[in-house]
Parts: sequence; structure tokens; C-alpha cells
Amino acid sequence: MAATRKEPRSKYTADRGVPGAFEGETVTRRRFMTLTAHGAGITAVAAFTLPALGFAVGNALFERPPVRWEAVGKPEDFPNNTYVPKVITLTTGIGDVGKTTVYMRARNEAIDPKPNPPGYDEKFVAVSTRCMHLGCPVRYVQASQRFICPCHGGVYDFKGLVVGGPPVRPLDRFYTRVRNGLVEVGPRYSVNTEFKRFDSYRDPAQPLDGIGQYLYPPRFSTPKQ
Amino acid sequence: MRLPKPPLPPALQPRPKRPGEPRQKPLDHAREAGIATVDWIDERTSLSGAARWAMFRKIPKGTNWFYTLGSATMFAFLSQAVTGVFLAMYYDPSPTRAYESARFITNDVFLGEFVRGMHKWGSTVMVILIFLHMARTFFFGAYKYPRELNWVIGVVLLILTFVMSLTGYLLPFDQRSYWATIVAANITASGPLAGPYLGDFLRGGAEFNATTLSRFYSIHMLLVPGLIAALIGAHLYLVARLGTTAPPWLKPEEPEKLTEERV
Repeated sequence: MAATRKEPRSKYTADRGVPGAFEGETVTRRRFMTLTAHGAGITAVAAFTLPALGFAVGNALFERPPVRWEAVGKPEDFPNNTYVPKVITLTTGIGDVGKTTVYMRARNEAIDPKPNPPGYDEKFVAVSTRCMHLGCPVRYVQASQRFICPCHGGVYDFKGLVVGGPPVRPLDRFYTRVRNGLVEVGPRYSVNTEFKRFDSYRDPAQPLDGIGQYLYPPRFSTPKQ
Repeated sequence: MRLPKPPLPPALQPRPKRPGEPRQKPLDHAREAGIATVDWIDERTSLSGAARWAMFRKIPKGTNWFYTLGSATMFAFLSQAVTGVFLAMYYDPSPTRAYESARFITNDVFLGEFVRGMHKWGSTVMVILIFLHMARTFFFGAYKYPRELNWVIGVVLLILTFVMSLTGYLLPFDQRSYWATIVAANITASGPLAGPYLGDFLRGGAEFNATTLSRFYSIHMLLVPGLIAALIGAHLYLVARLGTTAPPWLKPEEPEKLTEERV
């Protein structure tokens, strides 16, 4: 017995003494049927689970929302030393829920940094009201020239830079352009402390300075500007 | 113990059967209909054994009111399930109709305010009860071997209860619901690397959009309740399988034999 135990088992079922073995057969019919049945079961489950998962996840992660440009007023409506609130629609078809306020002003060469990276001729500044702590709506207070968030006390200066409270990066902005004599507001973009533009805008609470832009990767679905 | 029979007049007292009478009269059949039905089912399923196994268990000395917190949590869940199913008959999870349908339930539907109130306050009650149940388990040491798996299932149930609270909070679709959901999605998205994708998954896109509400509704009424019900089943099976623990202040009694030897 000890001698046979040391020898490796033959891969042929006939040599192993399996009853009813065919010559040259390596997998018993019982084992073959077991694997086939399990394989068929796994395939059947995967056939409805994977499409269902893709259905739940795909649109959310990969859908490219259409680029909207919305006219908000004439160029002379917007001074360069204070903000004018305008309501724009972020998502169509869901009523008031899809709307948001943006604060608009003309670009001020004295205080506004050059667009970074270059390639975007910015004449008007549209600042988002989405607080970069957790997304509550900020309001602009002209007396102190600050944006103030009611939820947890985030404070931003005139340019949208954080000057107090928990927010992790400056307020988001929107692209602006002038068409047919009207100022139009377009897609949202995020900025870091150097006002570098991130076309794939990040959710609040995602810092974009230093390692932050790698810890919070861009979306798959950002339309190229 | 035998209770004394009520003093019936002789005419009404049951008489022994006379020879030649049929064994069973129709009234006797009717009297036994219930037990016969149970017998019919049991003969075909053998469920009575499982029912006896689950219900007639030995419980340790010292079992007290704290041991009812688990059942209380389960009944809170059942109440949520029943009221939730009926609220779904009137609720409309579309961004433009949700608030109006919730208002309709509260103001116009018969008992609507009551059923919606039960669902709303019941959710808070369930969270409080599940915490008390968890505290009981922790302080009584009932999570120790061999009940660790039941503790793990319980923690998953706790998390699923929170998911229910979170997803249910959006459904009234008022200002509080909306901003709470914005904040919740952003907290989710603030996790590094996977966070942004989880946030988008929760919202169904980069922005709060037309499908966010129906997505939360589907998670709230279909996905998570099913998981909770299945896990409660597993939780109860393990309770029946492993039994409950004695309270920690009860020390095991010394076997009589040892006491005898010492004397």
C-alpha cells in the first residue's frame, strides 16, 4: 500500500479503476455533469445579474449630460465690482429642483487671475452657489464682499477662495460666453486654489490641490471643451 | 391542573354515546375542522417539527424584559413594511409629483396622516430599538462564541436600517429632504478614489436629476427591505439554533455532586 501511495494517481479514469471508464477518459462522467450543471447555473445567474448591474450603474457613471448654454442677460447688466444673482437650469424636465442660482459679474483684470490652463477667453465670471463643504447653497453678502454658507459656516472671499470654515476648495464656476449680444452661462467647472480649471467638475468635499486631484479622479463622462 | 367543570344543567351535559349511534356526527367533524386542516398540511410538509423546534426552546434562567428588544425591533420593521406598502399605493416618485402626492396622503386620504405618521415616527422608533437591542447584546456579552456570526448579521441589519433611513428621507421631497440628500451624496462622494463613483451611483449621475428620486425609492422599497427580511430570517434561525444567553449576573450553579463531595 505504501508503495502505491507514493506514485502519482493516473489521470486516466480507466487506470484509477473507475467503473465503466472509457479508454483515454480523464474526467468521470459524474464529475463532468457536476461541472456542467454548476457552470450552467452560474452562467444563467450572470446572464441576468450583470445586465441588471450595468443597467443600475452604467448611466450614472458613463452618461454624458448635454452641454447647455443659457442666456442670462446683456453684457452691461453685469458690473465688475459686485455680483448679480441669476437663476439657471442645471437639469431640465424636473421643475424647480433642476434650477440653481449663479452669481454673475464682469471679469476684473485687477483681481482676477489669468485663465489657467489658458485657452478660454473669459469675459464674465459665473460663480456657483454650491458650497464646497457639502453642497448647501451659499449666498453673496455685498456688505462684507463674502460668500457665506448657512449650513456649517463656510466663508469665501470675493473671488470665491475659502477664507473660513470647512470648505476644501474655492467655489465652482461656470463657463461664460457672449452670443448675439447676450451673456450665456454654460457647463460647470471646478477650480483649485490657483484657479486651475477642472472641466470634469468634482463634487463638494473633494479637494483639488496637490494630491487631491488624484484622490478624487475625474468622471468618465466629461464633455471636452 | 384540572379546572372544575362549569355547573351545567343535566340537559346540556354531554352524554355518553348510545350503542348503534354513528361514531362521528357532522358537528364532530365541524369541531375538528381546524385540527384536521393543520393535520392535512403537516402530513404533507412536516412543518410542525420545525415550528416546535423554533418555538418551544429552552431559555436560560434570568431571561428578562431586555430580551424582548430584538422582537420589538422586528415588529417595528413589520410595521414599517406594512405601512410602507400601503403608502406606496398613493405615493408618486417623480420629482414634480412627489411632494404633492405626499401632501395628498397627509391631508386628503382617509387615515393618511395616521399611516404616514406611523411610518415616519416608526422609522425613528426602529433605529432606537435596534440600538437598544445592540446595547443589550453587547452589555450581556451575547455576541461571544458561538454567536459571533449573529452579531455580524446584526451589524449588517443595523447598516441596512440606516440605508432605509437615508433613502426614505428624500421621499417627502421637501426642502429638508432635498438638501439632506445633497449633503448625503456629497459625504458619500468625499471618500477617496471610489467615493466620486459611489456618489454618482447614488444620484444616478453627476447632478441631482430626474432619476435620483425613483432610484432612492426603488432602493428604499424593494432592494433593502428584501435584504433586511432575508437577514432577519438568518438572524432568527441562529437565535433558535444557538439559544439565548443567560444574563451576566447569573453565575452557573455548581453541580450537586461536587457540593456533596465537599461536605
